[in-house]
Amino acid sequence: MPSGEPAVAVDGLSKRFGDVEAVRGIEFAVRPGEIFGFLGPNGAGKSTTINMLCTLLRPSGGAARVAGYDVVAQRDDVRRNIGLVFQDPTLDGYLTGEQNLRFHAELYGVPRAATAGRIEQVLRMVGLWDRREDRAQHYSGGMKRRLEIARGLLHSPRVLFLDEPTVGLDPQTRASIWEYIRQLKEAEEITIFLTTHYMDEAENCDRIAIMDKGQIVALDTPEALKAGVGKDRVRIETADDEAAIAAIKERFDLEARVSEGAVTFSVASGEAFVPRLFAELGVPIRSVSVSRPSLDDVFMSFTGSTIRDAEAGASDHMRMMMRAARR
Amino acid sequence: MAGTASTAAPAADVARVVVPERSVRHDLRAVKIVLHRELIRFWRDKVRMVSGLIQPVLWLLVMGTGLSNLMARGGGPAGDIDLKTFIFPGVCAMSVMFTAMFSAGSIVWDREFGFLREMLVAPVSRGAIVVGKCVGGALVATVQGAVIVLLAGLAGVPYDPLLILQLLVLMFLGAFALTGFGVMMAARIKTMQSFFGLMQMAMMPMMFLSGALYPLNGLPAWLSVLTRFNPLTYAVDPLRQAVFAHLDASPELERAFNPGVTWNGWLVPVWLEIVIVLLMGFGLMGVAILEFRRAD
Repeated sequence: MPSGEPAVAVDGLSKRFGDVEAVRGIEFAVRPGEIFGFLGPNGAGKSTTINMLCTLLRPSGGAARVAGYDVVAQRDDVRRNIGLVFQDPTLDGYLTGEQNLRFHAELYGVPRAATAGRIEQVLRMVGLWDRREDRAQHYSGGMKRRLEIARGLLHSPRVLFLDEPTVGLDPQTRASIWEYIRQLKEAEEITIFLTTHYMDEAENCDRIAIMDKGQIVALDTPEALKAGVGKDRVRIETADDEAAIAAIKERFDLEARVSEGAVTFSVASGEAFVPRLFAELGVPIRSVSVSRPSLDDVFMSFTGSTIRDAEAGASDHMRMMMRAARR
Repeated sequence: MAGTASTAAPAADVARVVVPERSVRHDLRAVKIVLHRELIRFWRDKVRMVSGLIQPVLWLLVMGTGLSNLMARGGGPAGDIDLKTFIFPGVCAMSVMFTAMFSAGSIVWDREFGFLREMLVAPVSRGAIVVGKCVGGALVATVQGAVIVLLAGLAGVPYDPLLILQLLVLMFLGAFALTGFGVMMAARIKTMQSFFGLMQMAMMPMMFLSGALYPLNGLPAWLSVLTRFNPLTYAVDPLRQAVFAHLDASPELERAFNPGVTWNGWLVPVWLEIVIVLLMGFGLMGVAILEFRRAD
């Protein structure tokens, strides 16, 4: 890959299944060395996009280059340079952890002299070296996922694709998987492309593309996206909530409501607003907290619904798509 | 010096590996590892190994003994040859057939458990994966068949090293063709249930029409024609020819029990039967490769 070229470059990429347009002409570029996240509800087209980038699905239109190679014309070159961790496990439970990796090394043609050392390296990286001789079917969910990450890294790919790497794992395991992903970025020269529908996980990415209904509706760093929402969330505890709500409406023209026992409202640069609030409200304030907008707020501001509502709506859309794909 | 070396992680020396361009050598490595995996899985799955033995042993010892008894009483031409000896090659073929189908079915299994995806995204030709599966399946089936060959003594078949070698080679060829058939089916079938349903449907008639359990001469015309169209017929007959070549059977017995396969009165030579089986194996494997390529 010539230096300076993006790790992933997508230009007008689209995919239709029958009448359903799953991905509608998206465009973006991922810089080398970045952790790039695709955030969106289930059925938004994230997995379809990742499958096209991994050469598993042929695009209906547009073009994409991964690690400098075209995903249609140079499929084998793309495959040699990417690592994949799928949403569903793809291990052979009859084989030991080490045998699963050896199978992968042989299939990818990793030079024989380097195989054993590289297997040890990736197994140590994910903390499975001591369990290498156990069959994969006896691993826990988190261990299986770690083994898959190790396998995806085995042939030193330039881009590692992780499709929902933490789905179905408990919060503690999810946190540890993220720990590995961050360490990985330190240890290897690698670009990481992942999809998630967990807002809190998207915070770990360098940049995020928010995808909704087959389109990218926003793309930036998590901080910039949140700053773009423009408003902070302010929560105050007062002696008289109703009087406070009325006063906020009257003095500052802001809509406030009681949420989880505190008066809550949104306002631009909330911290600078707090002194005015104390000076002008006229209702005693017992405590105040200001929080930055979350990615939930970002998603809401771009799509007009929360990610949970979008998922409920998208599941119908997805069923249609799957029916179309089966045809 | 040694002390410091042991504290450093040896893995740190391997910074980055480079995956080479695709080549024949790389494809051969892929064939080998797919094949190797079949053997590991077979070895680990002891239940499958034992259950694969039960049916052939039942045929050989229970059915064989029972029917011999009947024939001896009926005063047929059995003479000094046991019926068990007659069905022994058929039982070998059946055992190989069931194991070969199971091995081919593992592709459907791999699909259901996601492992097929791991293989299909590798920078390696689909052909290498299919060839590995077919040869691996055939090897596994031959190993299972070899266990039946060890029972030869119980069926009155002599333990002649040459005969054993012939049987193993012939079983391997038959197993190869059958695995090719199974892999071809597996390319299109998405669930284990439908695969085994279909296999059951295909295997029973193939077995009954193959001459594994009765001689193929003097049959009514309709049955005779069906058996000649059954591919398994040409895998069973060479096995029986090999066994009978190592027995002292009278010409009369040979005619009754080992009539060979005839096309409209012409005796099909063993070499032609082997060629038929081989062509079928390669043909079916070719179709399987095409199907996996098209599935992209």
